[in-house]
Amino acid sequence: MQMKNDGIPATTPRKPWTFNDDVNSDIRRAAETGIYDIRGGGAKRRVPHFDDLLFLGASISRYPLEGYREKCETKVTLGTRFAKKPIELDIPITIAGMSFGALSGPAKEALGRGATAAGTSTTTGDGGMTEEERGHSDKLVYQYLPSRYGMNPDDLRRADAIEVVVGQGAKPGGGGMLLGQKISDRVAEMRDLPKGIDQRSACRHPDWTGPDDLEIKILELREITGWEKPIYIKIGGARPYFDTTLAIKAGADVVVLDGMQGGTAATQDVFIEHVGQPTLACIRPAVQALQDLDMHREVQLVVSGGIRSGADVAKALAMGADAVAIGTAALIAIGDNDPRWEAEYNKLGTTAGAYDDWQEGNDPAGITTQTPELMQRFDPVAGGRRLRNYLNVMTLETQTIARACGKSHVHNLEPEDLCALNIEAAAMAGVPLAGTDWIPGKQGM
Amino acid sequence: MQTIDMAESGLRELNSTLQAQAEQTNQTDWEIVNTRGSHAVAVGLDAPIDVTIRGSTGYYCAGMNKQATVRVKGSAGPGVAENMMSGTVIIDGDASQYAGATGHGGLLVIKGNASSRCGISMKGIDIVVHGNIGHMSAFMAQSGNLVVLGDAGDALGDSLYEARLFVRGSVKSLGADCEEKEMRPEHLEILRDLLERSGADASPEEFKRYGSARKLYNFNIDNASAY
Repeated sequence: MQMKNDGIPATTPRKPWTFNDDVNSDIRRAAETGIYDIRGGGAKRRVPHFDDLLFLGASISRYPLEGYREKCETKVTLGTRFAKKPIELDIPITIAGMSFGALSGPAKEALGRGATAAGTSTTTGDGGMTEEERGHSDKLVYQYLPSRYGMNPDDLRRADAIEVVVGQGAKPGGGGMLLGQKISDRVAEMRDLPKGIDQRSACRHPDWTGPDDLEIKILELREITGWEKPIYIKIGGARPYFDTTLAIKAGADVVVLDGMQGGTAATQDVFIEHVGQPTLACIRPAVQALQDLDMHREVQLVVSGGIRSGADVAKALAMGADAVAIGTAALIAIGDNDPRWEAEYNKLGTTAGAYDDWQEGNDPAGITTQTPELMQRFDPVAGGRRLRNYLNVMTLETQTIARACGKSHVHNLEPEDLCALNIEAAAMAGVPLAGTDWIPGKQGM
Repeated sequence: MQTIDMAESGLRELNSTLQAQAEQTNQTDWEIVNTRGSHAVAVGLDAPIDVTIRGSTGYYCAGMNKQATVRVKGSAGPGVAENMMSGTVIIDGDASQYAGATGHGGLLVIKGNASSRCGISMKGIDIVVHGNIGHMSAFMAQSGNLVVLGDAGDALGDSLYEARLFVRGSVKSLGADCEEKEMRPEHLEILRDLLERSGADASPEEFKRYGSARKLYNFNIDNASAY
């Protein structure tokens, strides 16, 4: 037993939970710099997630399908409501919007290569459409963002779908900032701004406000593109029931719903961690909105924010999504935060797995950078192959679970196949707490 | 002259007909009647045709225009000539909010007044307003020229980048990082050309030029109070 000088037994030194090491380092950093912390990625805090759900699997009352023998379909069609040319995907996993500017050209190329090889779509971001991306993406979704950087009717017409971005999960209600150090000549030219200055991505669209205007904006986009392209509306996980309702009312073919674990290229840490709802909490209200309007499956729902595995995909689909989108996971698959660069992460004051200063452009993996020497480290062909492999594994995992639940199509997964490990997840997902028939918040239970 | 009567033809038929005109079309002159405030009229055009719209239009008339000349013989609703790439759009009456928003090129002429946020986030378009413009005009304007023969409302050029603003009348207030700039000979030349092309009866020497102070180009905590 450790004793103090006066002979009284010493208590174990105890750090406060409220003022833990992370909090204290934030306080010291703020005191030193006078400015808030900006970083990339999504929420790092622990929130209720798909890990808190389990599949029940088949039993006497339900019979499973034979793995490797009986078919379990994964195809998904997006944009069946109004578009003349809906998007047909082989798998229910898409690549989320990430900008050229935030990512290097070769990284965007790798995303296109991987997605195409796996039979799915990729998405542009806030910086326009690059030739690498269009050329290597069989199906490309063109984001229509508040900044309108690089926006033009020719690219609209050569896109396969248009995604009107209203918000994103990492920062619902917020815009973005691409810091000057990532503004190369090419990025500057595409955005019609001088090289080296911070480029603000606006939080509101410049020429419409509210759902009534949005309906007319969508009409314009459809008229420009001959009513061919599916129109997605992307919303951040803030008020998913009402936002989904209004997106449907405005004429969306597809609603893309991004929870707070969804990544961003650069935003204030306080925004990422304290604004918006977990992905798990957003899906059920959005599906409810679709069902209340009799639009479930007529307007497709794509869910993103923290999707990592086929289990996550299957759980999102079981809750009512038609497909998912991955961003952070795709970057990790192609080499982001890889331990092989540990020594260089250490030089930047971080470690593999924690590197999030994507806005600074010093990415050792050569992905979130515009610096030629760093970009050269990244092989877009190998990166595309890795992404394809990863997407294939996720798809196989999703099918494995779906077969175990007796489903011949992954879309046949349903909330009845799920239970929750804790009360919070049960309430959010609207499925019973494991071992009970209790769904918190459901009337009559 | 080809005439499309919107009392008989729907919006889709109107736009698909105009969009189908090829670069070398002989049918260069078009007239649209009975628009009755329709939205998205003559959007996405991409041929050197001349379209005269007799009547007022709703939202986004001539949106994303390329090459075409679109004349509105009336007033235009919000977002006229938004994201225009090239060509010319001429409004005889007034224009509502966001006129010329995010435009990349071409010339937008508004012979009446323009409402708030005229030229918001403009990226190379030239806009000439014969009357007044409303508040927050040229917000985050990136490049191009905004010429105003009348007065400008509050917060002109807030968070401006490299767009040039020329105002003949009064400016109620300047937005963050916008300041009056020296009018040099090259600016007078730009102005003279735009006034002439837009049929404006004014002398370049009567205008003041406003531009970015460039103090907010790179984030600095000492400037936080400016936002």
